Amino acid sequence: MSYSTKKLSEEKVFKDPVHRYIHVRDQVIWDLIGTKEFQRLRRIKQLGTTFLTFHGAEHSRFSHSLGVYEIVRRIVDDVFKGRTEWDESNRLLALCSALLHDLGHGPFSHSFEKVFQFDHEYFTQAIILGDTEVNGILRAVEEDFPQKVAEVIAKTSENKVVVSLISSQIDADRMDYLQRDAYYTGVSYGHFDMERILRLMRPWEDQVVIKHSGMHAVEDYIMSRYQMYWQVYFHPVTRSGEVILNKILQRAKELYEQKYQFKHEPKHFYSLFEGNLTLEDHLNLDEAVVLYYFQVWQKEEDPILRDLCHRFLNRNLFKYIEFEPSNNEYKKYMSLVKLFEQANINPEYYLVIDSSSDLPYDFYRPGEEEERLPIHLLMPGGELRELSRESEIVEAISGKRRTDHKLYFPMDILKEKQMDESVRKEIFDLLHIT
Amino acid sequence: MLLEHAKLLGAIRVTGEVVGRKKLQKMIYIAKKLSFPFQEKFEFHFYGPYSEELTLQIEELINMGFLMEQKEKKGGYIQYRYRLTENGEEFLKTVQFKNDPALQSCLLHMNEQSARFLELVSTVLYFDSLSKDDIIEKIAKVKRKQNYTEEEIEEAFQFIHKLKREITH
Repeated sequence: MSYSTKKLSEEKVFKDPVHRYIHVRDQVIWDLIGTKEFQRLRRIKQLGTTFLTFHGAEHSRFSHSLGVYEIVRRIVDDVFKGRTEWDESNRLLALCSALLHDLGHGPFSHSFEKVFQFDHEYFTQAIILGDTEVNGILRAVEEDFPQKVAEVIAKTSENKVVVSLISSQIDADRMDYLQRDAYYTGVSYGHFDMERILRLMRPWEDQVVIKHSGMHAVEDYIMSRYQMYWQVYFHPVTRSGEVILNKILQRAKELYEQKYQFKHEPKHFYSLFEGNLTLEDHLNLDEAVVLYYFQVWQKEEDPILRDLCHRFLNRNLFKYIEFEPSNNEYKKYMSLVKLFEQANINPEYYLVIDSSSDLPYDFYRPGEEEERLPIHLLMPGGELRELSRESEIVEAISGKRRTDHKLYFPMDILKEKQMDESVRKEIFDLLHIT
Repeated sequence: MLLEHAKLLGAIRVTGEVVGRKKLQKMIYIAKKLSFPFQEKFEFHFYGPYSEELTLQIEELINMGFLMEQKEKKGGYIQYRYRLTENGEEFLKTVQFKNDPALQSCLLHMNEQSARFLELVSTVLYFDSLSKDDIIEKIAKVKRKQNYTEEEIEEAFQFIHKLKREITH
């Protein structure tokens, strides 16, 4: 028996609060889970700063990755198996791609990507194709197997059906994180009948489609996605935590560039600051390391870095007001910048606009003009119809534009800092502080 | 202050009007790949590099009243036209936004091309870490449905070369 088809002598199961059990029968999958690169995902939170709002949201990318694997396993073993449109030889490719799809995520990924301009997809590819334990296992399957897995995850594979399972508008990734994030945040949104959706998924030419009879289950999924977007992912308090996190990283980088003498040298960050992060450096960074630096930076001489780290660790977040640039409010912002400078408060770090486009989540859009592949229903006559053309509920929420901007600032500093009282009054008036 | 939004507005102002969402996506991606400082995150999708962040920024600009989106039926699908509003012009003036002249020239060249051709150009650039032969092979695989001819692919390489020359001059 070849390594690619080798089964464990006994099935292994992981208890999971979302899927009850995660079943592992393949030796390759078991070995991949045991690699140091995959185990590292235990030390990366799935939801970044959301735990500052929903204290339960401490779950990791490790548990999410296992969840995505389990969903794909159920699809290929219980639904697609035996169907003429499904090529059974793609099974292991689909399972490995599902398991490894988030492998390159770093600590607080979104903030790091924003500030340091790198992308986790690059490191996912680098881990799969580089000199790593994961690569060794994939190569033992077949010499070009790492390349095939990397291409599926990068969505550049010609094997579009497998790509669709991992990454599309209704994929295993989204189905897991919606339910998992709902469970751990404790909100009552995010629930839908996944079993029914899975049962009605069909491989169809170069995509995965849903039988028309599954439309109402898909409607529920779309509603969950919509509600989770606004209630959890886009929560203004979470965004405040993210704003402060971004600013800590920005400040540390700026100080490094100014040759500031850190009391605790941020050795783990040097290659990030210099824009040449290696795979080894990337793998050595996790949230435990980052939080250690935030802890010690609370004792730094630089008042901005010290203050921001103290805020992040002790949840002393920025307050916010709604900000509407269309009403000429950007002119108000420009006045505020000047007033902050007069009050000796650095507006670069303490007056921050955050927009809906800053968020790495989205809600369903039908995708006009071939932007992205929409969700297709397989109609009884055999033709495909885009979901929002069949479902009034989906049409109602996917056609609506809703964007949002907020202006974040530190209320405590504005109230307590010594400054000219006329400046303070002007700032308070512009920020509607009473 | 809304710097990324200002960069997008600035790019659309240069062209006067961009016709098509796909075209706009590909123009910004190509500009980013040519090292112009756009920060949007792109991923490879069914139709080539695509940025959800860019889609949202465009929506935000429309909601701010800085950008006008005109919808028109074209055969079996809907086409969108984008152009700056007076408020958009005023915003750029107020924040004293200025485009890089090399970027302006590249954007004008791109805007003369079809969305289909820019999709090909952006795909070539997406795989630019590969050799030319491997890129051609990759395009044949991932863009099978588009049926790009050898001439079109060669033209895409030439076009990229031309844009790069614009930047160095």
